[in-house]
Amino acid sequence: MNTMNMMDKTLDTQTTKISARDVNVYYGDTHAIKDVNVEIDANTVTAFIGPSGCGKSTFLRCINRMNDTIDVCRVTGDILLDGEDIYDKRVDPVQLRAKVGMVFQKPNPFPKSIYDNVAYGPKIHGLARNKAEMDEIVEKSLRRAAIWEEVKDRLDAPGTGLSGGQQQRLCIARAIATEPEVLLMDEPCSALDPIATAQVEELIDELRTNFSVVIVTHSMQQAARVSQKTAFFHLGNLVEFGPTGQIFTNPDDPRTESYITGRIG
Amino acid sequence: MVEQHIASAFDRDLEAIQAQIMKMGGLVEVAIIDSARALETRDEELAQQVRRGDKAIDGLEELINEEAARVIAIRAPAAVDLRLVLSVMKIAGNLERIGDYSKNIAKRTGVLIQGQDNSDSAAALRRMAREVELMLKDALDAYIQRDVELAADVIARDREVDQMYNALFREFLTHMMEDPRNITSCMHLHFIAKNIERMGDHVTSIAEELIYLVTGNRPEDDRPKADTTSTTTQEI
Repeated sequence: MNTMNMMDKTLDTQTTKISARDVNVYYGDTHAIKDVNVEIDANTVTAFIGPSGCGKSTFLRCINRMNDTIDVCRVTGDILLDGEDIYDKRVDPVQLRAKVGMVFQKPNPFPKSIYDNVAYGPKIHGLARNKAEMDEIVEKSLRRAAIWEEVKDRLDAPGTGLSGGQQQRLCIARAIATEPEVLLMDEPCSALDPIATAQVEELIDELRTNFSVVIVTHSMQQAARVSQKTAFFHLGNLVEFGPTGQIFTNPDDPRTESYITGRIG
Repeated sequence: MVEQHIASAFDRDLEAIQAQIMKMGGLVEVAIIDSARALETRDEELAQQVRRGDKAIDGLEELINEEAARVIAIRAPAAVDLRLVLSVMKIAGNLERIGDYSKNIAKRTGVLIQGQDNSDSAAALRRMAREVELMLKDALDAYIQRDVELAADVIARDREVDQMYNALFREFLTHMMEDPRNITSCMHLHFIAKNIERMGDHVTSIAEELIYLVTGNRPEDDRPKADTTSTTTQEI
Protein backbone atom coordinates (compact mmCIF):
# COMPACT_ATOMS: atom_id res chain seq x y z
CA MET A 1 0.00 0.00 0.00
CA ASN A 2 1.10 3.50 -0.72
CA THR A 3 1.63 5.20 2.62
CA MET A 4 1.12 8.57 0.98
CA ASN A 5 -2.64 8.08 1.00
CA MET A 6 -2.92 9.92 4.28
CA MET A 7 -2.04 13.07 2.37
CA ASP A 8 -5.27 12.97 0.42
CA LYS A 9 -7.95 14.96 2.08
CA THR A 10 -10.73 12.66 3.12
CA LEU A 11 -13.46 12.43 0.55
CA ASP A 12 -16.90 13.01 1.98
CA THR A 13 -18.64 10.91 -0.59
CA GLN A 14 -17.93 8.73 -3.55
CA THR A 15 -21.09 9.56 -5.52
CA THR A 16 -20.43 10.25 -9.18
CA LYS A 17 -21.69 13.67 -10.23
CA ILE A 18 -20.43 13.87 -13.77
CA SER A 19 -19.61 10.92 -15.94
CA ALA A 20 -17.88 11.36 -19.30
CA ARG A 21 -17.80 8.43 -21.70
CA ASP A 22 -15.72 8.26 -24.87
CA VAL A 23 -15.81 12.01 -25.30
CA ASN A 24 -14.19 13.33 -28.47
CA VAL A 25 -14.07 16.98 -29.46
CA TYR A 26 -13.15 18.31 -32.89
CA TYR A 27 -12.54 21.89 -33.93
CA GLY A 28 -13.00 21.49 -37.69
CA ASP A 29 -10.23 19.04 -38.57
CA THR A 30 -8.42 19.35 -35.27
CA HIS A 31 -9.02 16.47 -32.91
CA ALA A 32 -8.84 18.32 -29.58
CA ILE A 33 -10.10 15.69 -27.11
CA LYS A 34 -9.50 11.99 -27.70
CA ASP A 35 -11.68 9.32 -26.08
CA VAL A 36 -11.82 10.83 -22.64
CA ASN A 37 -13.51 8.78 -19.93
CA VAL A 38 -13.74 10.25 -16.48
CA GLU A 39 -15.95 10.11 -13.42
CA ILE A 40 -16.13 13.28 -11.35
CA ASP A 41 -17.26 12.80 -7.76
CA ALA A 42 -19.82 14.92 -5.95
CA ASN A 43 -18.55 17.28 -3.23
CA THR A 44 -15.04 16.99 -4.53
CA VAL A 45 -12.62 19.44 -6.06
CA THR A 46 -11.19 17.97 -9.25
CA ALA A 47 -8.22 19.70 -10.86
CA PHE A 48 -7.40 19.48 -14.57
CA ILE A 49 -3.74 20.07 -15.26
CA GLY A 50 -1.61 19.86 -18.38
CA PRO A 51 0.44 21.98 -20.79
CA SER A 52 -1.18 24.70 -22.91
CA GLY A 53 -3.27 23.28 -25.71
CA CYS A 54 -3.67 19.87 -24.06
CA GLY A 55 -7.46 20.12 -24.12
CA LYS A 56 -8.21 20.65 -20.45
CA SER A 57 -10.16 23.89 -21.00
CA THR A 58 -11.94 22.42 -24.00
CA PHE A 59 -13.05 19.48 -21.92
CA LEU A 60 -14.12 21.75 -19.07
CA ARG A 61 -16.24 23.78 -21.50
CA CYS A 62 -17.98 20.59 -22.67
CA ILE A 63 -19.40 20.09 -19.19
CA ASN A 64 -21.75 23.06 -19.52
CA ARG A 65 -21.96 23.07 -23.31
CA MET A 66 -20.00 26.27 -23.73
CA ASN A 67 -18.58 24.76 -26.90
CA ASP A 68 -22.07 24.92 -28.47
CA THR A 69 -21.37 28.55 -29.22
CA ILE A 70 -18.41 27.63 -31.44
CA ASP A 71 -19.65 26.74 -34.92
CA VAL A 72 -16.82 24.45 -35.99
CA CYS A 73 -16.81 22.56 -32.72
CA ARG A 74 -18.19 19.03 -32.68
CA VAL A 75 -18.61 16.89 -29.55
CA THR A 76 -19.21 13.13 -29.60
CA GLY A 77 -19.64 10.67 -26.75
CA ASP A 78 -21.74 11.12 -23.63
CA ILE A 79 -21.48 13.46 -20.69
CA LEU A 80 -23.89 12.55 -17.92
CA LEU A 81 -24.83 14.84 -15.08
CA ASP A 82 -26.49 12.78 -12.34
CA GLY A 83 -26.97 10.07 -14.93
CA GLU A 84 -28.66 12.30 -17.54
CA ASP A 85 -27.09 13.12 -20.87
CA ILE A 86 -26.47 16.86 -21.03
CA TYR A 87 -26.22 16.74 -24.83
CA ASP A 88 -29.73 15.30 -25.12
CA LYS A 89 -31.90 17.38 -27.48
CA ARG A 90 -34.43 18.01 -24.69
CA VAL A 91 -31.84 19.68 -22.48
CA ASP A 92 -31.96 23.48 -22.55
CA PRO A 93 -28.38 24.79 -22.37
CA VAL A 94 -29.53 27.82 -20.39
CA GLN A 95 -31.10 25.61 -17.73
CA LEU A 96 -28.02 23.39 -17.79
CA ARG A 97 -25.76 26.37 -17.14
CA ALA A 98 -27.85 27.32 -14.10
CA LYS A 99 -26.93 23.92 -12.71
CA VAL A 100 -23.36 24.01 -13.98
CA GLY A 101 -21.88 27.42 -13.22
CA MET A 102 -18.65 28.75 -14.63
CA VAL A 103 -15.95 31.18 -13.59
CA PHE A 104 -13.48 32.36 -16.20
CA GLN A 105 -9.83 33.26 -16.24
CA LYS A 106 -10.40 36.98 -16.54
CA PRO A 107 -12.97 38.50 -14.21
CA ASN A 108 -15.85 39.58 -16.41
CA PRO A 109 -18.46 41.37 -14.28
CA PHE A 110 -21.47 42.82 -16.12
CA PRO A 111 -21.33 46.61 -16.55
CA LYS A 112 -23.93 46.87 -13.81
CA SER A 113 -23.98 47.41 -10.09
CA ILE A 114 -22.46 44.86 -7.71
CA TYR A 115 -25.97 43.96 -6.57
CA ASP A 116 -27.30 43.44 -10.10
CA ASN A 117 -24.31 41.32 -11.07
CA VAL A 118 -25.26 38.78 -8.43
CA ALA A 119 -29.05 39.19 -8.80
CA TYR A 120 -28.99 38.67 -12.57
CA GLY A 121 -28.97 34.87 -12.58
CA PRO A 122 -31.56 34.37 -9.82
CA LYS A 123 -33.76 36.94 -11.61
CA ILE A 124 -33.82 35.23 -15.01
CA HIS A 125 -34.32 31.84 -13.38
CA GLY A 126 -37.07 33.20 -11.10
CA LEU A 127 -35.38 32.10 -7.88
CA ALA A 128 -36.66 35.04 -5.80
CA ARG A 129 -40.31 35.96 -5.23
CA ASN A 130 -39.70 39.44 -3.88
CA LYS A 131 -37.04 42.05 -3.13
CA ALA A 132 -36.41 40.70 0.37
CA GLU A 133 -35.67 37.23 -0.93
CA MET A 134 -33.42 38.66 -3.62
CA ASP A 135 -31.55 40.71 -1.01
CA GLU A 136 -31.03 37.55 0.94
CA ILE A 137 -29.68 35.62 -2.08
CA VAL A 138 -27.32 38.48 -2.95
CA GLU A 139 -25.98 38.77 0.58
CA LYS A 140 -25.58 35.01 1.00
CA SER A 141 -23.74 34.66 -2.31
CA LEU A 142 -21.44 37.57 -1.59
CA ARG A 143 -20.72 36.18 1.87
CA ARG A 144 -19.91 32.75 0.51
CA ALA A 145 -17.58 34.33 -2.03
CA ALA A 146 -15.79 36.07 0.87
CA ILE A 147 -16.38 39.56 -0.48
CA TRP A 148 -19.46 40.72 1.46
CA GLU A 149 -17.56 42.71 4.08
CA GLU A 150 -15.72 44.62 1.36
CA VAL A 151 -18.74 45.59 -0.72
CA LYS A 152 -21.76 45.65 1.62
CA ASP A 153 -21.73 49.46 1.83
CA ARG A 154 -21.51 50.03 -1.91
CA LEU A 155 -23.78 47.46 -3.51
CA ASP A 156 -24.96 50.09 -5.99
CA ALA A 157 -21.43 50.84 -7.19
CA PRO A 158 -20.46 49.35 -10.57
CA GLY A 159 -18.91 45.88 -10.41
CA THR A 160 -16.27 46.96 -12.89
CA GLY A 161 -14.93 49.47 -10.36
CA LEU A 162 -13.66 46.75 -8.03
CA SER A 163 -10.08 45.51 -7.95
CA GLY A 164 -9.16 42.43 -9.99
CA GLY A 165 -9.32 40.08 -7.03
CA GLN A 166 -12.62 41.55 -5.88
CA GLN A 167 -14.05 41.31 -9.39
CA GLN A 168 -13.12 37.63 -9.53
CA ARG A 169 -14.79 36.95 -6.21
CA LEU A 170 -17.82 38.92 -7.44
CA CYS A 171 -17.93 36.63 -10.49
CA ILE A 172 -17.78 33.63 -8.17
CA ALA A 173 -20.66 35.11 -6.13
CA ARG A 174 -22.56 35.56 -9.41
CA ALA A 175 -21.83 31.96 -10.42
CA ILE A 176 -23.03 30.48 -7.12
CA ALA A 177 -26.11 32.72 -6.78
CA THR A 178 -28.17 30.31 -8.87
CA GLU A 179 -27.22 27.45 -6.51
CA PRO A 180 -25.48 25.41 -9.19
CA GLU A 181 -24.58 21.80 -8.49
CA VAL A 182 -21.30 21.98 -10.31
CA LEU A 183 -18.92 24.91 -10.51
CA LEU A 184 -16.42 25.00 -13.37
CA MET A 185 -13.43 27.26 -12.92
CA ASP A 186 -11.08 28.02 -15.79
CA GLU A 187 -7.86 29.40 -14.30
CA PRO A 188 -9.77 31.49 -11.75
CA CYS A 189 -6.64 32.83 -10.07
CA SER A 190 -4.31 33.58 -12.94
CA ALA A 191 -5.05 37.31 -12.77
CA LEU A 192 -4.99 37.52 -8.98
CA ASP A 193 -2.34 38.42 -6.43
CA PRO A 194 -1.29 35.80 -3.83
CA ILE A 195 -3.67 37.11 -1.16
CA ALA A 196 -6.71 37.10 -3.44
CA THR A 197 -5.56 33.68 -4.70
CA ALA A 198 -5.47 32.35 -1.14
CA GLN A 199 -8.96 33.75 -0.54
CA VAL A 200 -10.32 32.11 -3.67
CA GLU A 201 -8.64 28.81 -2.75
CA GLU A 202 -10.14 28.98 0.73
CA LEU A 203 -13.50 29.63 -0.91
CA ILE A 204 -13.12 26.67 -3.26
CA ASP A 205 -12.57 24.39 -0.29
CA GLU A 206 -15.72 25.73 1.40
CA LEU A 207 -17.77 25.43 -1.79
CA ARG A 208 -16.96 21.73 -1.86
CA THR A 209 -19.51 21.08 0.91
CA ASN A 210 -22.29 22.13 -1.47
CA PHE A 211 -20.92 21.79 -4.98
CA SER A 212 -18.67 19.72 -7.13
CA VAL A 213 -15.86 21.94 -8.28
CA VAL A 214 -13.81 21.36 -11.40
CA ILE A 215 -10.84 23.66 -11.77
CA VAL A 216 -8.43 24.12 -14.64
CA THR A 217 -5.12 25.53 -13.47
CA HIS A 218 -1.61 26.03 -14.73
CA SER A 219 -0.35 26.23 -11.18
CA MET A 220 0.59 22.74 -10.10
CA GLN A 221 0.87 23.94 -6.54
CA GLN A 222 -2.66 25.25 -6.70
CA ALA A 223 -3.93 21.94 -8.03
CA ALA A 224 -2.11 20.17 -5.21
CA ARG A 225 -3.48 22.57 -2.62
CA VAL A 226 -7.15 22.73 -3.53
CA SER A 227 -8.08 19.44 -5.15
CA GLN A 228 -8.78 15.93 -3.97
CA LYS A 229 -8.60 14.43 -7.44
CA THR A 230 -6.30 15.45 -10.27
CA ALA A 231 -6.55 14.71 -13.97
CA PHE A 232 -3.54 15.18 -16.23
CA PHE A 233 -4.26 15.96 -19.90
CA HIS A 234 -1.66 15.75 -22.66
CA LEU A 235 -2.22 16.23 -26.41
CA GLY A 236 -5.97 15.72 -26.01
CA ASN A 237 -5.64 12.51 -24.00
CA LEU A 238 -6.56 12.04 -20.39
CA VAL A 239 -3.25 10.48 -19.33
CA GLU A 240 -3.84 9.93 -15.65
CA PHE A 241 -6.63 10.53 -13.17
CA GLY A 242 -6.28 9.79 -9.48
CA PRO A 243 -6.09 11.07 -5.91
CA THR A 244 -4.14 14.34 -5.82
CA GLY A 245 -1.69 13.11 -3.16
CA GLN A 246 -0.75 10.13 -5.25
CA ILE A 247 -0.41 12.13 -8.48
CA PHE A 248 2.01 14.52 -6.81
CA THR A 249 4.12 12.00 -4.91
CA ASN A 250 4.03 8.90 -7.05
CA PRO A 251 2.32 9.24 -10.43
CA ASP A 252 1.88 6.09 -12.51
CA ASP A 253 2.51 7.51 -15.96
CA PRO A 254 5.96 8.81 -16.97
CA ARG A 255 4.33 11.70 -18.88
CA THR A 256 2.61 12.88 -15.70
CA GLU A 257 5.90 12.55 -13.84
CA SER A 258 7.75 14.61 -16.45
CA TYR A 259 5.12 17.33 -16.43
CA ILE A 260 4.70 17.79 -12.69
CA THR A 261 8.42 17.68 -11.98
CA GLY A 262 9.13 20.31 -14.63
CA ARG A 263 10.96 18.10 -17.10
CA ILE A 264 10.64 18.19 -20.84
CA GLY A 265 8.09 15.52 -21.60
CA MET B 1 17.09 10.14 -14.19
CA VAL B 2 17.42 10.50 -17.91
CA GLU B 3 15.37 13.63 -18.37
CA GLN B 4 16.63 17.02 -17.33
CA HIS B 5 14.55 19.70 -15.71
CA ILE B 6 13.58 22.69 -17.80
CA ALA B 7 15.10 24.78 -14.99
CA SER B 8 18.69 23.53 -15.11
CA ALA B 9 19.49 25.12 -11.73
CA PHE B 10 17.06 22.61 -10.20
CA ASP B 11 19.16 19.74 -11.59
CA ARG B 12 22.30 21.34 -10.20
CA ASP B 13 20.70 21.71 -6.76
CA LEU B 14 19.64 18.06 -6.66
CA GLU B 15 23.04 16.88 -7.87
CA ALA B 16 24.76 19.03 -5.26
CA ILE B 17 22.87 17.55 -2.31
CA GLN B 18 23.46 14.04 -3.60
CA ALA B 19 27.17 14.79 -3.92
CA GLN B 20 27.15 15.91 -0.29
CA ILE B 21 25.47 12.66 0.75
CA MET B 22 28.25 10.76 -1.00
CA LYS B 23 30.89 12.86 0.72
CA MET B 24 29.24 12.27 4.06
CA GLY B 25 28.96 8.55 3.30
CA GLY B 26 32.68 8.44 2.52
CA LEU B 27 33.56 10.03 5.86
CA VAL B 28 31.27 7.62 7.71
CA GLU B 29 32.80 4.59 5.98
CA VAL B 30 36.23 5.74 7.10
CA ALA B 31 34.95 6.32 10.65
CA ILE B 32 33.58 2.74 10.86
CA ILE B 33 36.80 1.18 9.58
CA ASP B 34 39.10 3.39 11.68
CA SER B 35 37.18 2.92 14.91
CA ALA B 36 37.30 -0.87 14.51
CA ARG B 37 40.99 -0.79 13.56
CA ALA B 38 41.83 1.44 16.52
CA LEU B 39 40.12 -1.08 18.79
CA GLU B 40 41.95 -4.08 17.41
CA THR B 41 45.38 -2.44 17.19
CA ARG B 42 44.90 -0.57 20.50
CA ASP B 43 45.73 2.66 18.70
CA GLU B 44 44.64 5.54 20.92
CA GLU B 45 45.73 8.15 18.41
CA LEU B 46 43.54 6.68 15.66
CA ALA B 47 40.64 6.47 18.12
CA GLN B 48 41.10 10.14 18.89
CA GLN B 49 41.10 10.93 15.20
CA VAL B 50 37.72 9.18 14.83
CA ARG B 51 36.30 11.15 17.78
CA ARG B 52 37.47 14.43 16.27
CA GLY B 53 36.27 13.48 12.78
CA ASP B 54 32.65 13.19 13.88
CA LYS B 55 32.30 16.98 13.84
CA ALA B 56 32.73 17.05 10.07
CA ILE B 57 30.02 14.41 9.68
CA ASP B 58 27.61 16.35 11.90
CA GLY B 59 28.40 19.53 9.95
CA LEU B 60 27.58 17.83 6.65
CA GLU B 61 24.27 16.58 7.99
CA GLU B 62 23.33 20.10 8.94
CA LEU B 63 24.39 21.40 5.55
CA ILE B 64 22.38 18.74 3.72
CA ASN B 65 19.25 19.48 5.78
CA GLU B 66 19.59 23.20 5.09
CA GLU B 67 20.05 22.59 1.38
CA ALA B 68 17.06 20.22 1.30
CA ALA B 69 14.89 22.78 3.10
CA ARG B 70 15.98 25.42 0.59
CA VAL B 71 15.13 23.19 -2.38
CA ILE B 72 11.70 22.46 -0.89
CA ALA B 73 11.05 26.17 -0.32
CA ILE B 74 12.25 27.35 -3.71
CA ARG B 75 11.44 24.50 -6.10
CA ALA B 76 8.40 22.88 -4.49
CA PRO B 77 9.57 19.46 -5.71
CA ALA B 78 6.98 16.88 -6.72
CA ALA B 79 6.94 13.14 -7.40
CA VAL B 80 10.44 11.67 -7.84
CA ASP B 81 12.07 15.02 -6.99
CA LEU B 82 10.12 15.19 -3.75
CA ARG B 83 11.05 11.63 -2.88
CA LEU B 84 14.69 12.44 -3.63
CA VAL B 85 14.73 15.39 -1.24
CA LEU B 86 12.93 13.43 1.48
CA SER B 87 15.25 10.45 1.10
CA VAL B 88 18.33 12.66 1.21
CA MET B 89 17.21 14.14 4.53
CA LYS B 90 16.58 10.73 6.05
CA ILE B 91 19.81 9.24 4.74
CA ALA B 92 21.77 12.17 6.18
CA GLY B 93 20.14 11.36 9.54
CA ASN B 94 21.07 7.68 9.24
CA LEU B 95 24.67 8.51 8.34
CA GLU B 96 24.92 10.91 11.24
CA ARG B 97 23.79 8.17 13.63
CA ILE B 98 26.33 5.72 12.21
CA GLY B 99 28.99 8.39 12.70
CA ASP B 100 27.92 8.76 16.33
CA TYR B 101 28.21 5.01 16.92
CA SER B 102 31.73 5.05 15.48
CA LYS B 103 32.62 7.91 17.77
CA ASN B 104 31.21 5.97 20.72
CA ILE B 105 33.32 2.95 19.78
CA ALA B 106 36.37 5.20 19.68
CA LYS B 107 35.53 6.53 23.16
CA ARG B 108 35.18 3.05 24.62
CA THR B 109 38.43 2.06 22.90
CA GLY B 110 40.16 4.68 25.08
CA VAL B 111 38.98 2.78 28.17
CA LEU B 112 39.64 -0.70 26.80
CA ILE B 113 43.25 0.12 25.92
CA GLN B 114 43.89 0.64 29.65
CA GLY B 115 42.72 -2.92 30.43
CA GLN B 116 43.88 -6.42 29.58
CA ASP B 117 44.29 -7.96 26.16
CA ASN B 118 41.05 -8.73 24.31
CA SER B 119 42.37 -9.26 20.83
CA ASP B 120 40.03 -12.16 19.99
CA SER B 121 36.89 -10.17 20.65
CA ALA B 122 38.39 -7.09 18.98
CA ALA B 123 39.16 -9.10 15.85
CA ALA B 124 35.58 -10.43 15.76
CA LEU B 125 34.20 -6.91 16.22
CA ARG B 126 36.41 -5.67 13.41
CA ARG B 127 35.07 -8.37 11.07
CA MET B 128 31.56 -7.31 12.02
CA ALA B 129 32.39 -3.65 11.41
CA ARG B 130 33.97 -4.57 8.07
CA GLU B 131 30.76 -6.29 7.03
CA VAL B 132 28.68 -3.24 7.97
CA GLU B 133 31.07 -0.94 6.12
CA LEU B 134 30.73 -3.09 2.97
CA MET B 135 26.95 -2.96 3.33
CA LEU B 136 27.11 0.82 3.60
CA LYS B 137 29.34 1.06 0.55
CA ASP B 138 26.88 -1.06 -1.44
CA ALA B 139 23.89 0.90 -0.11
CA LEU B 140 25.46 4.15 -1.29
CA ASP B 141 26.43 2.63 -4.65
CA ALA B 142 22.86 1.37 -5.00
CA TYR B 143 21.65 4.88 -4.21
CA ILE B 144 23.75 6.55 -6.87
CA GLN B 145 23.01 3.90 -9.49
CA ARG B 146 19.33 3.64 -8.48
CA ASP B 147 19.90 -0.11 -8.15
CA VAL B 148 16.91 -1.60 -6.32
CA GLU B 149 18.31 -5.14 -6.49
CA LEU B 150 21.56 -4.21 -4.82
CA ALA B 151 19.59 -2.35 -2.13
CA ALA B 152 17.48 -5.45 -1.49
CA ASP B 153 20.68 -7.48 -1.19
CA VAL B 154 22.02 -5.03 1.43
CA ILE B 155 18.81 -5.38 3.43
CA ALA B 156 19.09 -9.17 3.35
CA ARG B 157 22.72 -9.06 4.53
CA ASP B 158 21.77 -7.31 7.77
CA ARG B 159 20.79 -10.76 9.00
CA GLU B 160 24.43 -11.83 9.04
CA VAL B 161 25.35 -8.83 11.17
CA ASP B 162 22.60 -9.73 13.61
CA GLN B 163 23.93 -13.27 13.84
CA MET B 164 27.45 -12.03 14.50
CA TYR B 165 26.02 -9.89 17.28
CA ASN B 166 24.17 -12.85 18.82
CA ALA B 167 27.35 -14.91 18.88
CA LEU B 168 29.33 -12.09 20.52
CA PHE B 169 26.57 -11.50 23.05
CA ARG B 170 26.81 -15.11 24.23
CA GLU B 171 30.58 -14.98 24.23
CA PHE B 172 30.65 -11.87 26.44
CA LEU B 173 28.15 -13.38 28.87
CA THR B 174 30.34 -16.46 29.16
CA HIS B 175 33.49 -14.38 29.75
CA MET B 176 31.77 -12.40 32.46
CA MET B 177 30.58 -15.53 34.25
CA GLU B 178 34.00 -17.12 34.03
CA ASP B 179 35.71 -14.24 35.76
CA PRO B 180 34.11 -11.10 37.20
CA ARG B 181 37.30 -9.17 36.41
CA ASN B 182 36.21 -9.37 32.76
CA ILE B 183 33.01 -7.49 33.41
CA THR B 184 34.29 -3.95 32.74
CA SER B 185 35.86 -4.77 29.41
CA CYS B 186 33.00 -7.08 28.38
CA MET B 187 30.43 -4.39 29.12
CA HIS B 188 32.29 -1.99 26.85
CA LEU B 189 32.85 -4.65 24.21
CA HIS B 190 29.18 -5.51 24.30
CA PHE B 191 28.18 -1.89 23.76
CA ILE B 192 30.56 -1.79 20.81
CA ALA B 193 28.95 -4.90 19.35
CA LYS B 194 25.53 -3.37 19.90
CA ASN B 195 26.67 -0.15 18.23
CA ILE B 196 27.80 -2.05 15.14
CA GLU B 197 24.56 -4.00 15.07
CA ARG B 198 22.65 -0.69 15.16
CA MET B 199 24.82 0.65 12.35
CA GLY B 200 23.60 -2.27 10.27
CA ASP B 201 20.01 -1.23 10.95
CA HIS B 202 20.76 2.32 9.78
CA VAL B 203 22.42 0.99 6.63
CA THR B 204 19.27 -1.07 6.05
CA SER B 205 17.20 2.13 6.37
CA ILE B 206 19.38 3.80 3.74
CA ALA B 207 18.78 0.89 1.36
CA GLU B 208 15.04 1.15 2.06
CA GLU B 209 15.14 4.86 1.21
CA LEU B 210 16.57 4.03 -2.19
CA ILE B 211 13.76 1.57 -2.83
CA TYR B 212 11.26 4.26 -1.85
CA LEU B 213 12.98 6.80 -4.08
CA VAL B 214 12.82 4.54 -7.14
CA THR B 215 9.48 2.79 -6.66
CA GLY B 216 7.52 5.24 -4.53
CA ASN B 217 6.76 2.44 -2.09
CA ARG B 218 8.57 1.36 1.04
CA PRO B 219 9.45 -2.32 1.21
CA GLU B 220 7.15 -4.31 3.46
CA ASP B 221 8.70 -4.68 6.90
CA ASP B 222 8.95 -8.45 6.82
CA ARG B 223 12.70 -8.84 6.63
CA PRO B 224 14.03 -11.58 8.88
CA LYS B 225 15.01 -10.27 12.31
CA ALA B 226 17.93 -12.31 13.51
CA ASP B 227 18.74 -10.44 16.71
CA THR B 228 17.67 -12.92 19.40
CA THR B 229 19.58 -11.37 22.31
CA SER B 230 16.50 -9.82 23.87
CA THR B 231 15.42 -13.34 24.89
CA THR B 232 18.87 -14.85 25.46
CA THR B 233 19.76 -16.18 28.93
CA GLN B 234 22.86 -17.93 30.21
CA GLU B 235 22.62 -20.48 33.00
CA ILE B 236 25.47 -20.65 35.52
